[in-house]
Amino acid sequence: MRAMAQSKANKEPLVHVVRKEDTTTLKKWMLRVIAVAAALLVTGAFVFAVTGINPFNIYGAMVTGTFGTPRRIRNTIKTLTPLLCLGVGLAPAFKMKFWNIGAQGQMLVGALAASFVALTFRNLPGGVLIPLMGLGAILAGALWAVLPAIFKAFWNTNETLFTLMMNYIATFWVMYSVDVWKGESSGFASFKQIAKNAVMPVIAKENFYICTGIVLIVAALMYIYMKRTKHGYELAVVGESEKTARYAGINVKKVTIRTMVLSGAICGLCGFLTVSGIDFTLSHTMNNGFGFTAIVVAWLAKFNPFTMIGTSFMMVFFQNAASEISSMNANATEYLSNVISGIILFFLIGVEFFINYRLVFRKNGKEGK
Amino acid sequence: MPENKEAVRLRGISKTFGHVAANTNVNLSIRHGEILSLLGENGSGKTTLMNMLAGIYYPDEGEILIDDVPVQIKSPKDAFDNGIGMVHQHFKLIDVFTAAENIVLGENADRMKIDRKAVAAKIREICDKYGFDIDPDKKVYDMNVSQKQTLEIVKILYRGANILILDEPTAVLTPQESEKLFRVIRNMRDAGKAIVIITHKLQEVLSVSDRVAILRKGECVASIDTVNANEKILTEMMMGRKVDLNIERPEPVNPTKRLEIKNLTVRDREGNLALKDISFVANSGEILGIAGISGCGQKELLESVAGLAAVESGSIEYLPSDAVTPTELVGKNPKQIRELGVVLSFVPEDRLGMGLVGSMGMSENMMLKSYENGKTIFTEQKAPRELAGSIKDELEVQTPDIQTPVSRLSGGNVQKVLVGREIAAAPQVLMTAYAVRGLDINTSFTIYRLINEQKKKGVAVIFVGEDLDVLLALSDRILVLCEGRITGILDARTCTKEQVGLLMTGGTGVESNGAEQSK
Amino acid sequence: MGIIWNLDSMLGWIVMAVNFGSVILYGAMGEILTEKAGHLNLGVPGIMLCGGISGFAATFLYEQNTANPSGFVMLLLGLLSSIVAATLAGLIYAFLTITLKANQNVTGITLTTFGAGIAKHFGSVISAKSGSTAIRSALADEVFNAKIPFLSTNLGVVGKLLFNYGFLVYLAIILAILLQLFFNKTHQGLNLRAIGENPGTADAMGINVTGYKYAAILTGSAISGLGGFLYLVINNVQWSTALDIEGMGWLAVALVIFATWKPVNAIWGGYLFGFLSKAGAYAPTFITGIVISQHIWNMTPYIVTILVLIFVSFRMKRESRPPQALGLSYFREDR
Repeated sequence: MRAMAQSKANKEPLVHVVRKEDTTTLKKWMLRVIAVAAALLVTGAFVFAVTGINPFNIYGAMVTGTFGTPRRIRNTIKTLTPLLCLGVGLAPAFKMKFWNIGAQGQMLVGALAASFVALTFRNLPGGVLIPLMGLGAILAGALWAVLPAIFKAFWNTNETLFTLMMNYIATFWVMYSVDVWKGESSGFASFKQIAKNAVMPVIAKENFYICTGIVLIVAALMYIYMKRTKHGYELAVVGESEKTARYAGINVKKVTIRTMVLSGAICGLCGFLTVSGIDFTLSHTMNNGFGFTAIVVAWLAKFNPFTMIGTSFMMVFFQNAASEISSMNANATEYLSNVISGIILFFLIGVEFFINYRLVFRKNGKEGK
Repeated sequence: MPENKEAVRLRGISKTFGHVAANTNVNLSIRHGEILSLLGENGSGKTTLMNMLAGIYYPDEGEILIDDVPVQIKSPKDAFDNGIGMVHQHFKLIDVFTAAENIVLGENADRMKIDRKAVAAKIREICDKYGFDIDPDKKVYDMNVSQKQTLEIVKILYRGANILILDEPTAVLTPQESEKLFRVIRNMRDAGKAIVIITHKLQEVLSVSDRVAILRKGECVASIDTVNANEKILTEMMMGRKVDLNIERPEPVNPTKRLEIKNLTVRDREGNLALKDISFVANSGEILGIAGISGCGQKELLESVAGLAAVESGSIEYLPSDAVTPTELVGKNPKQIRELGVVLSFVPEDRLGMGLVGSMGMSENMMLKSYENGKTIFTEQKAPRELAGSIKDELEVQTPDIQTPVSRLSGGNVQKVLVGREIAAAPQVLMTAYAVRGLDINTSFTIYRLINEQKKKGVAVIFVGEDLDVLLALSDRILVLCEGRITGILDARTCTKEQVGLLMTGGTGVESNGAEQSK
Repeated sequence: MGIIWNLDSMLGWIVMAVNFGSVILYGAMGEILTEKAGHLNLGVPGIMLCGGISGFAATFLYEQNTANPSGFVMLLLGLLSSIVAATLAGLIYAFLTITLKANQNVTGITLTTFGAGIAKHFGSVISAKSGSTAIRSALADEVFNAKIPFLSTNLGVVGKLLFNYGFLVYLAIILAILLQLFFNKTHQGLNLRAIGENPGTADAMGINVTGYKYAAILTGSAISGLGGFLYLVINNVQWSTALDIEGMGWLAVALVIFATWKPVNAIWGGYLFGFLSKAGAYAPTFITGIVISQHIWNMTPYIVTILVLIFVSFRMKRESRPPQALGLSYFREDR
């Protein structure tokens, strides 16, 4: 047996992986830029292969998709707003290592509550109704998030799976409510018809600018909350080690629940902003599954609310690109956006390895550095 | 003594982690039918060196020969195929598996189906041959430390290991259990196996091994037959100079009652009784040593004083030096205890997992117990930064910057940061758990010095230790725990190691797994 | 409110439950295998979609472009192409999370997005080319939905209940039992479970952790992919229905928990999930006086799963807990 092992084990390993912790920020960003560039090459090749569109036209479409006309720029901001909001909502939960996969559901119940308030009190003046809708959405989102948080805090129930399941309950609840409301009024397709007071006021020809403003303020506040406040310190300690938190006298259960209430509230807020300022209606497909995309946005930004502006912009940019491409040719469809985002993300997820580890190749028994 | 056949030869082995050289050009031979002690202080590269034999690490440079044939050991599988088995200091067992399932893990079986009967028979054969005792169907989570270690050894013998490496095998055992282990090890040696024991305890080296190799700062500085060695020679080789290994023990000045624990009963996280009706007193200006085998309630004792454990009944009374009315600490969490003005400092066993936040720098770690200072919702930034700076200077903490995550510091520096913060709080009670575990001798002595300084200031010190020699040298009194009960409180100046060891196993000397009766 | 008994309708409901339950069961078996290796793959819905579209594309295009398509070739094409596509999708996940040690949640979610994009893109391209949204492969339907002759028609209720399915439904049961035996009775199964519990220990015992992880994730993906294809089969190999596969995939993730990581439990658990998810269509024949929306019924499997999740965490046996190292990446020199 040994002889066999020796003959088999006679070659030195070709590649050897070593952890590295001293990657500079500049190098990190260079690696990420390289990853995006590589992803763009693969994307171009893939889209060319399936649609036959010249890769240069593809890259051109990417730019025009977002920056082509003032209207497109406005649309980009409009799409980015809810995505950023959800990412910011997830940030404190993820920093606490609470894997809240439930942003989608928290957003949906927020939108549901906001719609319920809008339809029930549609005769109230906008100045009262809109804040009331926001309040309802925040409460609903917080409630949806606090359930898994309570079970996590008291019985250590797996939060990833719990929040994931909550998404589908929310989805079906929204589908159910939409059925009911559609049955009641044919004008449900737009609140502009049946609940005018529930629609965000127009600024510079658009309703959503107020939403964007609110989201930016929330992002800035969240940054300060996480970096500078006692609550922010507590949740960072809990995220690192519950044992350390208890040792420091931090009430882990309280922090877990409080942080998730905050996280769910912001995701709920996103639902309200979408209903009142972007979609003007309720649908289970609202915001195109951004509850999941936001997980990636938050993770890529290392839970920093300001970096998320960049990562969420990137996601929207590629989504725009795909819809631009889909109009170019019969072989291109709107679904290519998911494929393109997927490819880019795979590269960005993969490049983290090269940031955290170093490959050592062996040649002639010497280490190449 | 006839020269035994060489089992392993290491030639010019080097291994670097980042910029730290763990081993430099090590040459070493291991022989069949011989117990070799690999001696060196913590951080000298013993475990790293052996991990390269076990296939955990791959050497940067050098050559390994097994039975005179050069081999490449790229993985633990290669190690097994070459007859090398290692018992790691932190056991590598699957909790939800039975003993037998752990033993057959990774076996190159001819058939897919596990033949449980044959496995049990083979295990029994090994146990009979060397004098082990294990139940193949017992789940690991139901085992005590000694049983887990036995299982680890049987596991590698089952895999046909001829070269056994044991990393600090006695760290968690009582003196009696250690003796029993040594008997088994001698049986294995007599059966022709090559055995390496990694240790930093001199007495152990002298009592069990045939030969000793000494590692210092990653280099193998010497290898001598144990018959020619004594403690003094070994210490000098280990340290590279003459050192005084005597720990200072100042006389307690005016000890008064600081903490009084009465009839304390505590449950652990799984809901089992961890402390059963214990009572004792900790005095100011005195070091109370706590001895006991691992998991006999030391952790729960410190945690219940610190407000971290679920106390079922009993009381913990704190008496400040200037008052007569005691303060009850039971039922209060660390924050509430702080708010009562009681300064309890606690250096826990798990430094990075409990005492510090690994991903934060020194400065942010200083805030851990004081982040609530100040009236606003914001944390203070300046005070912790200044404290971090002064600890860095005074204790000579090696770190690039006070913002560098503490998890990147070496073990000794991590402990300096933790002890530094706890002492800076000017405590009235200082509790430490395994304060010098894994530290090199210089850092260990720095810690002893700091603890003695606190004692001289009138602090009540509770020192949980695993090395009985240190406990006997540093403490004023020693409290011995066994399975959650106090089996004795001894005067550390007069008692012996054997007395403490007996009390650690319940005082009778007869124990379920058969430690020998001593008189 | 009242309840009416209707045998025919109940039979129909149960047959549907078993069919849909088997789809979820395939997905869950793949995910159990993956999770036993310590990897939580939230990409299962994407993998199932990839398996579905690939199996569909192969069978449909074969039938369209061949003069006399053979049933046997159809059988092989359908199975192989869905297995290959699902395995490739799984390979992306495996490479990122094993070799590049990427975050499993983020990778899985991205894979679901990606897989859904791939499936829907090619699905709509094929539909557009054929000029119809209701494209289907009739021969594949015939081959994969062939019922057991005689037994399914001549045994009355028993025949309809037990022998009225395509072979993939029976294969799922066999596979679940084999998988359970594999985990509990074989060396390789034990090694795999050890990796999911504590990869460091498994590695120190000489087990090829990386190899096992790849094998488990790729095999698991292949099995999940078959579930995606089965979804098309039970819908008469008609593409337009296939977009619901994603929902089945999430139910599969839920079923793993519901079954407490035991494949045999997943059999009846899958049928229960199938039963609940078809309640919207069948329950109204039994319950009168009150209308319960399809959407409300659709929620129930998820609610039941949450209850199981809570129940499991209240804790009884350690053996029913999730694998200890689930979701963590492994690097040998990290210790």
